[in-house]
Amino acid sequence: MNVAVCVKQIPDSEPPALDPQHHTLVRDGKLVMDESDSFGVEMGLQLVEAAGGGEVVLVSMAPCGETRGLRTALATGAAKAILVSDPVLAGSDALGTAKVLAAVIRRLGPDLVLAGTESTDGYTGTTPVQVAELLGWPSVSFARHVEISHRALRVKRQTETGYEEVTCPLPAVVTVTAGVVEPRYPSFKGLAAAKSKPVEELTVVELGLDPSQVGFSGARQQVISVRAVKAREAGEIVVDAGEAHERVISFLEQLKIL
Amino acid sequence: MDKTWVLAEQRDGTPAGIVLELVTAARGFGSVVEAVTWGPGGAGAAAVLGRYGVTKLYNLGDIGESLPGPKVAAAIAAQLAAESRPDAILIGATHDGRDIAARLSARLDLPVLANVVGMDASGGRLTSEHSIFGGSTVVRAEFTGAVPGLFIVQAKSFAAEAAEAAEQRSLEIVEVEVPDTGPSDAARVVTRHEEEHSGPKLDEATVVVSGGRGLGSPGNYALITELAQLLNGAPGASRAVVDAGWAPYAFQVGQTGKTVKPVVYIACGISGATLHVVGMRAAQYIIAVNKDREAPIFAIADLGVVGDVTKVIPRLIEAIRARR
Ligand SMILES: Cc1cc2nc3c(=O)[nH]c(=O)nc-3n(C[C@H](O)[C@H](O)[C@H](O)COP(=O)(O)OP(=O)(O)OC[C@H]3O[C@@H](n4cnc5c(N)ncnc54)[C@H](O)[C@@H]3O)c2cc1C
Ligand SMILES: Nc1ncnc2c1ncn2[C@@H]1O[C@H](COP(=O)(O)O)[C@@H](O)[C@H]1O
Repeated sequence: MNVAVCVKQIPDSEPPALDPQHHTLVRDGKLVMDESDSFGVEMGLQLVEAAGGGEVVLVSMAPCGETRGLRTALATGAAKAILVSDPVLAGSDALGTAKVLAAVIRRLGPDLVLAGTESTDGYTGTTPVQVAELLGWPSVSFARHVEISHRALRVKRQTETGYEEVTCPLPAVVTVTAGVVEPRYPSFKGLAAAKSKPVEELTVVELGLDPSQVGFSGARQQVISVRAVKAREAGEIVVDAGEAHERVISFLEQLKIL
Repeated sequence: MDKTWVLAEQRDGTPAGIVLELVTAARGFGSVVEAVTWGPGGAGAAAVLGRYGVTKLYNLGDIGESLPGPKVAAAIAAQLAAESRPDAILIGATHDGRDIAARLSARLDLPVLANVVGMDASGGRLTSEHSIFGGSTVVRAEFTGAVPGLFIVQAKSFAAEAAEAAEQRSLEIVEVEVPDTGPSDAARVVTRHEEEHSGPKLDEATVVVSGGRGLGSPGNYALITELAQLLNGAPGASRAVVDAGWAPYAFQVGQTGKTVKPVVYIACGISGATLHVVGMRAAQYIIAVNKDREAPIFAIADLGVVGDVTKVIPRLIEAIRARR
């Protein structure tokens, strides 16, 4: 049972900055593993353990050969990582990213691909299912519980009003929601081992992709303007000394709620 | 703008709230509005959609136990190959909507713009607005390539309004064949579970009472449901509380939960993280109870109570009860 986990490495800075020319997020600073993907990594490790064999391989696309976020996941037990880093990828949108990730996954041929439902910095939430369609694979999004038996998945998929139980044969793409599993902390031994685990670095051409399909040219979209929104203003503040609920009641009375 | 398509997610013939919002927006572009629907009862949505000015409804019919993504995307792609393409396809930011948008984008090799909170078609130029950095900044964007532009739109970005009587149509229903989707459509829904709920729906309630991690323990979430019930409102929650299992996901407010626009939003023990605030900042009034005077929620609250939720809320509940 081999599991590929998509791991996005995102800017650590808070608040994030916009590039003044292209209006894209500035990504050349220090990058860290998106916390949203720590759940996919943990889920992958648990499924491989339950299957009694196989490995977790990380797949990431990030600028400047960044591997810091990958080392974090390698330290918790992933076997190796594949990083696609290439200047022509600057400005890639979700579909461009999906083309890159799908090309890597095609080479790997895993039984299962895990990804986050949405990333913390971009939150388009479309990349993993675009990957599935490019591969011609089934997908189950918004998984909050995943089990595998007889080469089939059994997933509890969150819906707006409850959940559905879904079965799905492998190979497949599954996106997991935050909190589905409790990500483990790396041990000192794991941190040391992570330094020597293989991280293969690939370019767009090495993946057999046409550079015009990715990056700014592949995105076929542009930002026209950026404007600040008038912020809501802070109102009255009451410090509770045992009677603040009375002010809440009079406020609700004014609004005719009470 | 000649033509816009709207994905009409529906249940038993009732379109999801977002569908009517999207159809209203599309009418505002001055274009012909057509819709695509699927699932049992789809044709039943025709009457309502006609009142909202939709002229044609492509109906895929029952898709059985399939998840909608692969089949709906394949059917739309086939239909697009057979006739003049719409300028835009508007898709609500629901779980199924995002799956369909993603598959359609990959199938058509067209990019998709997500997290849309506004659209404009003046001067024949279609642009979309995206709220970023927790709503403090709005980015306006447009596609530069081929049509249709694919847009995933957040709920409550537009108000739903029926068309003027003169614009209302008894619309044409076109039954659409779903092409073979091969292995991509191998997932099957075995059972569906609905969360029990009473009282007004979270995204329609006049009052929303939401609880966050500041409640301190799962049992204290009962304070939220109780206060919501007393105010004839709906209970909500921050993602921290949903992830911890104190409240069901259906209660989550924020970027990855529901967008609410109540008259009053009462945030109890919620810090006011940007990804929560985007789901409730459009409330007419915000009341916040938090023990930390520096919590970001106070920067947007009309009434801020600096205090312990486990003390203030029980007193509030008791005082409201005493009035009955
Ligand atoms: C991709 C992504 C999507 C997300 N989507 C959402 C979303 O849809 N909705 C959402 O809510 N979040 C979302 N989040 C998470 C969000 O960033 C915050 O982590 C979350 O909103 C915090 O929840 P909270 O305010 O309950 O908890 P905390 O941030 O931990 O805040 C708890 C607050 O309670 C106060 N407090 C503690 N004890 C008491 C007491 N006794 N009395 C009064 N106050 C007390 C504290 O001062 C603090 O301000 C998302 C995150 C990511 C990465
Ligand atoms: N550059 C990337 N590298 C690896 N995985 C990614 C990348 N971008 C997106 N993903 C995966 O897709 C999920 C959804 O991302 P997004 O579509 O950006 O919201 C993330 O949680 C990741 O698992």
